[in-house]
Amino acid sequence: MLDYVKLLILGLVAVCAAIAANYARDAAYLVHALLIMGAAAITFVVVLRKTGEPKVPAPANEYMDGPVKAAAIATAFWGVVGFLAGVYIAFQLAFPVLNFDWAQGYLNFGRLRPLHTSAVIFAFGGNALLAASFYIVQRTSAARMWGGNLAWFVFWGYQLFIAMAATGYLLGSTQGQEYAEPEWLTDLWLTIVWVAFLLMYMGTLMKRKEPHIYVANWFLLSFIVTVAMLHVVNNLQIPVSIFGSASVTVMSGVQNAMTQWWYGHNAVGFFLTAGFLGMMYYFIPKQAERPVYSYKLSIIHFWALIFLYIWAGPHHLHYTALPDWASTLGMVFSVVLWMPSWGGMINGLMTLSGAWDKLRTDPVLRMMVTSVAFYGMSTFEGPMMSIRAVNSLSHYTDWTIGHVHSGALGWNGMITFGMLYYLFPKLWGRASLYSVRAVSWHYWLATIGIVLYAASMWVTGIMEGLMWREVDAQGFLVNSFADTVAAKFPMYVVRGLGGVMFLGGALIMCWNLWMTVKKGEVRKDAPVAAPAE
Amino acid sequence: MEDTYTIMRVFAGSWGMMFMLLSFLGVILFTLRPGSRQVHRDTANIPFRYDDRPLGDDDAPAQSRQFKEARQ
Repeated sequence: MLDYVKLLILGLVAVCAAIAANYARDAAYLVHALLIMGAAAITFVVVLRKTGEPKVPAPANEYMDGPVKAAAIATAFWGVVGFLAGVYIAFQLAFPVLNFDWAQGYLNFGRLRPLHTSAVIFAFGGNALLAASFYIVQRTSAARMWGGNLAWFVFWGYQLFIAMAATGYLLGSTQGQEYAEPEWLTDLWLTIVWVAFLLMYMGTLMKRKEPHIYVANWFLLSFIVTVAMLHVVNNLQIPVSIFGSASVTVMSGVQNAMTQWWYGHNAVGFFLTAGFLGMMYYFIPKQAERPVYSYKLSIIHFWALIFLYIWAGPHHLHYTALPDWASTLGMVFSVVLWMPSWGGMINGLMTLSGAWDKLRTDPVLRMMVTSVAFYGMSTFEGPMMSIRAVNSLSHYTDWTIGHVHSGALGWNGMITFGMLYYLFPKLWGRASLYSVRAVSWHYWLATIGIVLYAASMWVTGIMEGLMWREVDAQGFLVNSFADTVAAKFPMYVVRGLGGVMFLGGALIMCWNLWMTVKKGEVRKDAPVAAPAE
Repeated sequence: MEDTYTIMRVFAGSWGMMFMLLSFLGVILFTLRPGSRQVHRDTANIPFRYDDRPLGDDDAPAQSRQFKEARQ
């Protein structure tokens, strides 16, 4: 019966999407309507083939690892896509000729830049968080995923969101808010997927067999709940037409700016920090084979992070129309935030106490520890840059870009690579990774790449900031904007090379993970091959 | 007659702030309460249990102190 209801809904969605495609007012909306039509049609066929077949009850004594595998593969795939886009736009800045005339309006820097940021944050990072959430919540609850195929809906629904966002950027459909560029149709779809994600996660926690909820789940749950809240409030838009992608924001002026950076900073705080801390608190103890250094500290880390992060957004709006008291509030909370961040970093690092020797032999653990070290470094740099006096030098310069990348490549990237190296042998029942030497190569390429990236951005950012404020004896500005652009060229090339190294490391990882699954030795104590889910 | 903004602003700066501060301090104190050590040690070892299979309805729970010695 339920299958017939599903078929009815999917058929209606496909037909409505086809009608919408026919009436589309712009190219982005047309492509989105066709994507939705295609997705609904494919799902229709999948459901149709199962309709009337005898139902096989899900094996209650097995974890549901299908969606974890899918999300882990998607993480590696989108990682390479996002890094490649990043490398390309880095060279576009150094060599503007790469903004080809024939691709104007599609592949120029302005179109590709949001594609890069969203590909690495939401596609690479988002899929990593899906894989981590699906995996961790089951293991630490000792329970199979709640909601049957809901996890598959979340996974494929999220990929559809990524496809809609990416095509929208290239076709110029944007509401112009950083990290929240997708227009109303894409936003609504993500909201539906996210609610399903929350239900699935809460459902699994509620049927847990462990009396307590492990701390990694607290971080992951706060990530899901907060992102839902941020996404809904920052995307309060009124569509101009239901057949067009353009919309008008409900808030305007400084309220809109403040809401945007409340969203933007907490996307960093809860998507890229709280969620990835959930990974850290599970995968570092697993890889090091010791429990977290101080469980009490991890709880205090959690609550302090939650209570403080939400106030830090206004530091993005120093010296703007935002009232001084608000930007001071953001600055103070950013500086206080240094404490829990470093508490968490120390907790992660000290988990290795008594097992430091493992760093010599285990490059996966080395990767995870390096990521925690980068977490510490960027959470020191961030509060410093949020201080108004420092911000007057650093804002609008490439220092900000360097800061973001030491966090994103160093912390988020490295912990995700560590997780993938842990998950692939585990999920596919392999004794070990195909090549440990390749992990070492990946580790050093990525680390040196990040160092080149961050160092060149510090140099060029501070240089730029000093050149912009330099005045001569009469009080006239010494440099024009174009002078700074010319002076930045060598650093832009170095930054691009750092990106190439990071991308090269990720490609080595993909090869290694592929070979692990194809050629790796089968783990002896692996559970008997699970039936296809 | 004061406007809504001022009412909200005064409330947020007084009772709202006190509520947030006291809940935060309460959470920290609760975490550090005497007797929590055993619970926390047990909870910290959750990742080392049920790695391959979920706990069935009829199964006995695993030895919860299994990894107690791990840290010496």
